[in-house]
Amino acid sequence: MLAEKNIIRMKNRKARLSRIHKNKQLYLLLIPFLLYYILFVFRPMGGMVIAFKDYSVYKGIWDSPWVGLKYFRDFFSGEYIGRVFKNTIMISLYQLLFGFPLPILFALLLNEVSCKKYKSFVQTMSYLPYFISMVVIAGMVTLFLAPTNGAINILIDKLGGEKIYFLTKPEWFRPIYTMTNLWTGMGYSSIVYIAALSGIDQQLYEACRIDGGGRLRQAIHITLPGIMPTIVTIFIINIGNILNVGYELIILLYQPATYETADTISTYVYRIGIEQANYSLSTAVSFFNSIVGFILVSIANYISNKVNDVGLW
Amino acid sequence: MKVSASRVIFNIVNYTVLALIALICVYPIIYVFAASFSAAREVNMGNVWLFPKGFTLDAYKQIINRDGIWVAYLNSFYYMIFGTIVNLAVTICGAYPLSKRDLDGCRVINMLIAFTMWFSAGTIPLYLTFRDYGLLNTRAAIIFGFACGAYNFILLRTYFASIPAAVEEAARIDGASDIYTLVRIVLPLSLPSLATIGLFYAVSRWNGYLWAMILLTDDSKIPLQVVLKKLVVDMSGHAENMSFGARDTSQDMSEETVMFATMVFAIVPMLVLYPFIQRYFVKGVMLGSVKG
Repeated sequence: MLAEKNIIRMKNRKARLSRIHKNKQLYLLLIPFLLYYILFVFRPMGGMVIAFKDYSVYKGIWDSPWVGLKYFRDFFSGEYIGRVFKNTIMISLYQLLFGFPLPILFALLLNEVSCKKYKSFVQTMSYLPYFISMVVIAGMVTLFLAPTNGAINILIDKLGGEKIYFLTKPEWFRPIYTMTNLWTGMGYSSIVYIAALSGIDQQLYEACRIDGGGRLRQAIHITLPGIMPTIVTIFIINIGNILNVGYELIILLYQPATYETADTISTYVYRIGIEQANYSLSTAVSFFNSIVGFILVSIANYISNKVNDVGLW
Repeated sequence: MKVSASRVIFNIVNYTVLALIALICVYPIIYVFAASFSAAREVNMGNVWLFPKGFTLDAYKQIINRDGIWVAYLNSFYYMIFGTIVNLAVTICGAYPLSKRDLDGCRVINMLIAFTMWFSAGTIPLYLTFRDYGLLNTRAAIIFGFACGAYNFILLRTYFASIPAAVEEAARIDGASDIYTLVRIVLPLSLPSLATIGLFYAVSRWNGYLWAMILLTDDSKIPLQVVLKKLVVDMSGHAENMSFGARDTSQDMSEETVMFATMVFAIVPMLVLYPFIQRYFVKGVMLGSVKG
């Protein structure tokens, strides 16, 4: 018995070795790809240990002394934790409230257009902003909202209103950020719904029409159920990503005067890390955020798989 | 077919709303172009609306006189062109072998790559990695440090996997090696997909500013987006120190129009690519939403 097993195992090993030998060119091809991932993706993941160390530039990662959970405690007892959590979640909620439903509405409106050319024209225009860089977008926002000579304030002035210096007003930050994101991403986000809409069987509409169903009935009984799985999936993904607010745009638009509403976990990580060079604290906060974010996305994916049979993985 | 009155009204409203949305998407960009060709005085007074007012090339002349912006512009092209080439090469090298389900180790690697889409090391560990490699303030950091994106990788892998095995089989019977098959048969068949991810890479290379800003310190190496970022930040800092109305809006030269002109420089290459992007973009987004 044992001898037989050993023989089988050896045969398997031989077969595998000969397979690997046969595929040696494929492995050769993999080298640059793996090298990149090891050097620039997985090596930094190893570097996350500095969250548990008192990192010093001179000693390097390995020789810096361990401090356990000191930096996590610092963060959780620090003065900013309430602010950054609240802001992160508030910005995500704004995003969920506007950035989530409006692309669906846009796709539905486009779907009702019978003129193909008009439809593709509007769609093409709608995702143009997606290709404009964050810096240019931030530049536009800054210039349009400038206090004395910005287009918006000039308009307000002409309409007899009081000029507002929007970018220094904490209460304006979230609306500005949300609108900017909406402008950039609405067309892009709607693509997945437009695709789902085009996948709906046209015969269903035919059948509904024969039964005397009007446009509204068709929309409620055919269109909506047709894209429901997509809607649910995107919604769940959004919930899963609630802590992952990107900082690229925020750091271009916020300033100390608006930190109160604009400073999120990711901008805090950026600021204490890159600007104040407090590497260990910054890494601890982003480590915590990554772990919690990953758990949330995993849960969201699990639910999406259960509800819909579609998930991210 | 008879069309009900309510339907006609709905159509009118719908077409109008959509026209408005299209306008809102494009208008800010048109405004930037118009303002960049206008006299500073007209822009500051809010007279520019759709077409340039007091047409002038002053802002562009100013840019020409600032060496920094030209160098940065060339740098942007450098990073976009070489970055995209490296991106494509590395992505192909990964996607082709890993599209073969029977390759030993392929499952583990694919899972690890998918994992990186949802879990990242964060800004500081990556920054310190560059520092440990001695890559701070080098062009190589930008080109090789971001050599592959997991999303584009999955896109290309999915495409490679969808090529019928028989196609490659035929080549192999003729004695072709794997690399020969990839270069002479698979890649020519994949041109639309390569164009798609190539454009995705080119756009993100062109528009990227964050890591260029973090890693590069020499003015001779920074791309246009970083220069523009400095202008934007200066602008908001500058405005902060200013009380309302204290600004003389009648002056002929201003930072604003220079900024608008710089923004035009940053936008134009994307507009040139846009017809191509447009052709592949929707397909690419849809492909990417297929489970990897």
